[in-house]
Amino acid sequence: MEKNNPKGWLYLLPAAAFLGFFLVYPLLDVFVYSLEEGYNFASQTYWGVGSYNYAYVLHDPYFLQALKNTFILVIITVPLSTGLALLISLGLSSIGKLRELYQTVYFLPYVTNTLAVGLVFMILFKQTPYTDGLANLILSRFGLGPVDFIGGPYWAKMFVLCFYTVWVVMPFKILILTGALASVDQTYYNAAKVDGTGRLRTFTRITLPMISPSLFYLVITGFIGAFKAYSDAVALFGTDLNAAGMNTIVGYIYDMLYGDSGGYPSYASAAAMLLFAIVLTITCINLLVSKKHVHY
Amino acid sequence: MKVTLQHLTKTYPSRNKKQPQEVVAVNDFTFEIPDGKLIGLLGPSGCGKSTTLNLLSGLQKPTGGRIFFGDDDVTDLPPEHRGVGLVFQNYALYPHLTVKQNITFPLENRKGKDKLTRQQMSDMALEAAKLVQIDTLMDRKPSELSGGQQQRVAIARALVKMPRVLLLDEPLSNLDARLRLQTREEIRRIQRSTGITTVFVTHDQEEAMSISDLIVVMKDGVVQQTGRPQEVYDSPANLFVAKFLGNPPINVFDGSVKGQVLYIGEEAVLEVPGVEDQSVTAAVRPEGFVLSDTGALTCSLTGVEVMGRDISVISTHPNSRNAAIRSIIAAENAVRDAETVRFDLKKNKVFLFRREDGARILF
Repeated sequence: MEKNNPKGWLYLLPAAAFLGFFLVYPLLDVFVYSLEEGYNFASQTYWGVGSYNYAYVLHDPYFLQALKNTFILVIITVPLSTGLALLISLGLSSIGKLRELYQTVYFLPYVTNTLAVGLVFMILFKQTPYTDGLANLILSRFGLGPVDFIGGPYWAKMFVLCFYTVWVVMPFKILILTGALASVDQTYYNAAKVDGTGRLRTFTRITLPMISPSLFYLVITGFIGAFKAYSDAVALFGTDLNAAGMNTIVGYIYDMLYGDSGGYPSYASAAAMLLFAIVLTITCINLLVSKKHVHY
Repeated sequence: MKVTLQHLTKTYPSRNKKQPQEVVAVNDFTFEIPDGKLIGLLGPSGCGKSTTLNLLSGLQKPTGGRIFFGDDDVTDLPPEHRGVGLVFQNYALYPHLTVKQNITFPLENRKGKDKLTRQQMSDMALEAAKLVQIDTLMDRKPSELSGGQQQRVAIARALVKMPRVLLLDEPLSNLDARLRLQTREEIRRIQRSTGITTVFVTHDQEEAMSISDLIVVMKDGVVQQTGRPQEVYDSPANLFVAKFLGNPPINVFDGSVKGQVLYIGEEAVLEVPGVEDQSVTAAVRPEGFVLSDTGALTCSLTGVEVMGRDISVISTHPNSRNAAIRSIIAAENAVRDAETVRFDLKKNKVFLFRREDGARILF
C-alpha cells in the first residue's frame, strides 16, 4: 500500500470536516469558555482569563452532590448490569425451546419509551394519597416499610435510580452477549469436554476469554453511558434534580446553561471539562486493564 | 488398547415433519481395531465416518450397540472418562493461550490424587512437544503458527494426557498439498513411536491408503469393506469401493458375459471362467491396460499425457461410464499417432460387478 497518498486524505475529508466542525471545534470552544471568567452571554464579554470557573464548580455543593451521585451510579450499575446481562445471556444460550420468546421479552425494554418506563416505575415506587406503590406492598409482606422511594431518604432514591438504570441498559448488553456467546465455536467446548474440563473452568478459561472483546466493549460504553446519565433521573424525579438531591454531572451542566439557576455557560463549560477529564481517565484505565485480559 | 465396536448404530430423528423417517448416520458397525494399529475411516462426505469418531470419543451417544476399549465397556462413559485424545479438523486450539498453555490445558483439569505439580505438567508438555517437534515454539500463540505447526500442537495436546485411543478428524484437510504429504508421514511416525491405537477419518483415499494399517470404507452409514489397504485396493468388495479407491479412478464399462467370456461392446476382451451369462459392470484399473496392436479392446484416442516415468493414455469408448478412460502405461511404450488405440487387459486388474446391485462377481 502506498502511504501518504493525497487521494486518501481527500476521501477522509467529508468525515473529517464534519467531525471537526461538530465535535473538535465545540470541544475546544468549551475549553475556551471554561477559562473565561464572568462571561456574559448577552454581551459576549468577560473580565479575564483564569481558573476561577473550575474553583467555583468544585466548591459548589450541587456539583459535589452531582459528582457523588454519578460515581455511585457508575460504580453500582456498570458491574451489576454487565454481570446480570452475562448471567441471563448464559441462561438464554443454554435453553432450547422458549429461547426466542425469552429473548424478545428481555429485549423489550430497549424499544420501550423512556417516559413510559418512568411511568411504570412511578406505579411501582411512588407513594400517593391512595397507595404506597407496589414495592411497598411487597415490603409490607415482610413487615417492612413503607419507604418513600421517590421523595424520601437518599438511599431509597438512589436505589430506584440504580434499579431503573440497570433495567434500561440491560437489554442491549444481553443482545450483544448472546451474540458473542453464539459465535464461540462449538468445537472449543467439545475439545474441553474430551479433556475433562469442568463447567466452571470451561467458563472462566474458554468462554470468558472468547467473549472478552464484547464484554470489554460493554464495560467501556457502560462506563461512558453511566457518566453521562441524565434523562433517567429526570424521568424518575422530575426536572428539579438539585432540589431532589439526585442531580448528575450532565444534569448540573444542563441546569447551569438553561435551568432555573441557569445562564452560566462558563461554569457549565468548566463542569463539562471536568466530566471529560473523568471519562477520559476511566477509559484509559479500562484500556490499560484490557491489554492484559482481552483477547482479540 | 484394542477397540471393539459391536453393532454400533446412530440415528437422528428426522427434521422434516412431512417425512418422519429417521436419518441413519451409522448402521450396525461391527469391527475390531487391533491394539496399536492405525485405522483409516474412509468415505465420501456424509457417510458417517465423523459420526463414528464422535461416538468413539463420547461426544455423541449411540442409539444402539456397544463400544469397548480393551475389556472396558465405555458406551455409557462421558468423554472425559474414556481417555481419548481427539484432534479436530480445525484443530480447536484455544487462540488466547500459548502453545504451552494449550498443551498443558488437559493436564490442569486433573483433580484429587491425579493432580500434577506445575513442574510435572511442564515436563509432560515439553515431552509431548518434542515428540511432534514444536518444542521451540512453546511461547507462541496459535495465530503465530503455520497450519502444519498448529496441527502438531493439536496432536501434542491430544497426546499429552496419554490417551488410550487417539482420534483424528480429517487431520490433513486444512493443509496444502506438500505439507499434507509431510504431515501424514509425521502422523505415521508419531503413531509408531507411541504405539497408541489411532483412528483417523478422511475422505481422501490416497491419504488413508498411504499410512493406515487397516482401512474401513463407509458409505451411507454402512461399512462397505475393511482390510489392509492393498487388499482392499486389489480386491474391492463392490463397485462403490472399486470406484472410491485409486487415483486416477477406476474405469467402468457396461459389459456382458457370454460363454465365460467378457464382452465390452462387440469385442471379447477377457476370459472369465466360471461366470454365468449376464449383463455386468466391468471395472479396469488404469494400470490394467496393456498397449497392443492386436489388443482386444478398441478405444478412440483423445490424448496422451506424459508424466515422466509413465504416460497416461486418454481415450473414449461408447460403453465406458467414465467420460474418459485413463490408462497408465510405462513410458517406453510409444503411442502411435492414430485415431484408435488398442489394449489388452490384465486379468487381476479387472473386476466384475453385478449390474443390478454392484456386488462383486469373482472369477
